[in-house]
Amino acid sequence: MTLQEAENAIVEEFSMYEEWLDKYEYLIELGKSLNDYPESAKTDDRLIKGCQSRVWLDYRVEDGKVVFNADSDAIITKGIISLLIGLYSGRTPQEILSSDFSVVEKIGLKENLSPTRANGLVSMIAKIREIASMNV
Amino acid sequence: MQAYCVYTRACIVAYMRVNDWLMADIKEIRGMFPALSRKVYGKDLVYLDNAATSQRPQSVIDMWNRITSESNANIHRAVHRMADEATQAYEEARDAVREFLNAEYREEIVFTSGTTAAINLVAFCFGEAFVKEGDEVVVTEAEHHSNIVPWQMMCRRKGAVLRVLPVDDSGHLMLERLDDILNEKTRIVAVTHISNVLGLVNPVREIIQKCHSVNVPVLVDGAQGAVHCNVDVQNLDCDFYVFSGHKLYAATGTGVLYGKKKWLEAMPPYMGGGEMVGTVSFAETTYAPLPMKYEAGTQNFASAATLKPALEYIKLLNDNHLISYNDAIRDYIFKALSEDSRIRIFGVPRGTNQEKISLFSFIVEGVHHEDLALILDKMGIAVRSGQMCAEPLMDRMGVTGMLRASFAPYNTMEEAEYFIKCLDRAINMLI
Repeated sequence: MTLQEAENAIVEEFSMYEEWLDKYEYLIELGKSLNDYPESAKTDDRLIKGCQSRVWLDYRVEDGKVVFNADSDAIITKGIISLLIGLYSGRTPQEILSSDFSVVEKIGLKENLSPTRANGLVSMIAKIREIASMNV
Repeated sequence: MQAYCVYTRACIVAYMRVNDWLMADIKEIRGMFPALSRKVYGKDLVYLDNAATSQRPQSVIDMWNRITSESNANIHRAVHRMADEATQAYEEARDAVREFLNAEYREEIVFTSGTTAAINLVAFCFGEAFVKEGDEVVVTEAEHHSNIVPWQMMCRRKGAVLRVLPVDDSGHLMLERLDDILNEKTRIVAVTHISNVLGLVNPVREIIQKCHSVNVPVLVDGAQGAVHCNVDVQNLDCDFYVFSGHKLYAATGTGVLYGKKKWLEAMPPYMGGGEMVGTVSFAETTYAPLPMKYEAGTQNFASAATLKPALEYIKLLNDNHLISYNDAIRDYIFKALSEDSRIRIFGVPRGTNQEKISLFSFIVEGVHHEDLALILDKMGIAVRSGQMCAEPLMDRMGVTGMLRASFAPYNTMEEAEYFIKCLDRAINMLI
């Protein structure tokens, strides 16, 4: 699946939930599905600034593709980063940078979650883009 | 004169309306607050973040609109009609604050932009006048950042030492330690009347007496206290009392510094400029008498004027029927949260619930406060989550943040019950 197709699929999946609480249920499940994140990687340099909860984002480059892993002490935030990782992990830096990240607006995440600095959605996206840029 | 009379008449009519409403029904009180009838995400708003800022009654909004649309002129300087109206509204608000706090003189009431600005003013000016290297300043572990950082900055500037009166596990100030902390180097003690996290009413009168017995002045941070206690600064005998207007129904950007005349006269001004002067020359400047000495530059007069209707509103809330209704809500929430084994409350009264205001900070074991706040938000409930501008207190309690529900007299028992029901549902979603 291309990145664009994956983004469209997420938009479609989210549109099935009318109630925001259902969207949260979905994000909570996504958060729980994240790979184990090692305690040793919960370092300050992997911490994403600008979130009320703590979010760590780690990555490695395999065969020219960026593989992300993340964790958060808040489950909804973890669901959001999990959603982003599901889209952007295992992609080349060029692919990641080709995205305009409008998917977060299309599913209403930006509008409903980021007006405050609470979950740092903007910071998460900035960090993913930064990592991609560094590895072009 | 006509505009002024119209205003006075409108005020009396509003006052009478308010009175009627109070005798009627809490629902009608809510009708005075336009924001309370709005919906969020299609659900009725349940506003439980009152400790951060309260909603504004129509009388406050009307006052701000009136000044802005009819009497917008800079105060204290021009002789023209509009300036006179604006000045009068501003100074009437000062009289209302004097009466509200039972201060001896109106000159002891200085308008600021809020609690934070008032504390910064005192920390700076008091520091300039009375603090030198090696001196000590005392704050408590229960303070929010606004009553820590200004003192810390002053201590750094002056080479003074900041000392901290601790709280115990239940959130009570450890008063027995105060004797050890106070000494001949102590210059001032700054203490909160009610912590914005713990909601416990501190025995500030006792603290003040103890400090005065060794000639140490006391600043009381009334950001929460002014809203919930009947403050009498003469009875308290505090040297400074500060509060924000926006937490007690006035417009945002308003605040009050009450200071005993002897201190306000002895301290130097904070900022220079505007009408805070006596005479100005390049060689020397003399300063205006109190309170204008501390009110440099154009004041936020449209907002300050709203303190008058806001304080009138507070007076009307002082109704026995309403107070017992509010107490019942507090007792209900406290009981419901206490009985839930998943929940840990901070700020637990030792004696009766009267020691606590209707403000509840808590954590849920295994659940992040931010997740709870996000879910509650989608249920229409506004609560606060995070460190609540009191990081040292979070550290003391061993948490990274809390969830806080803070009630106002316009909150209903139905809202309280809905909150408890939704909280349970949110916890179940997350565990």
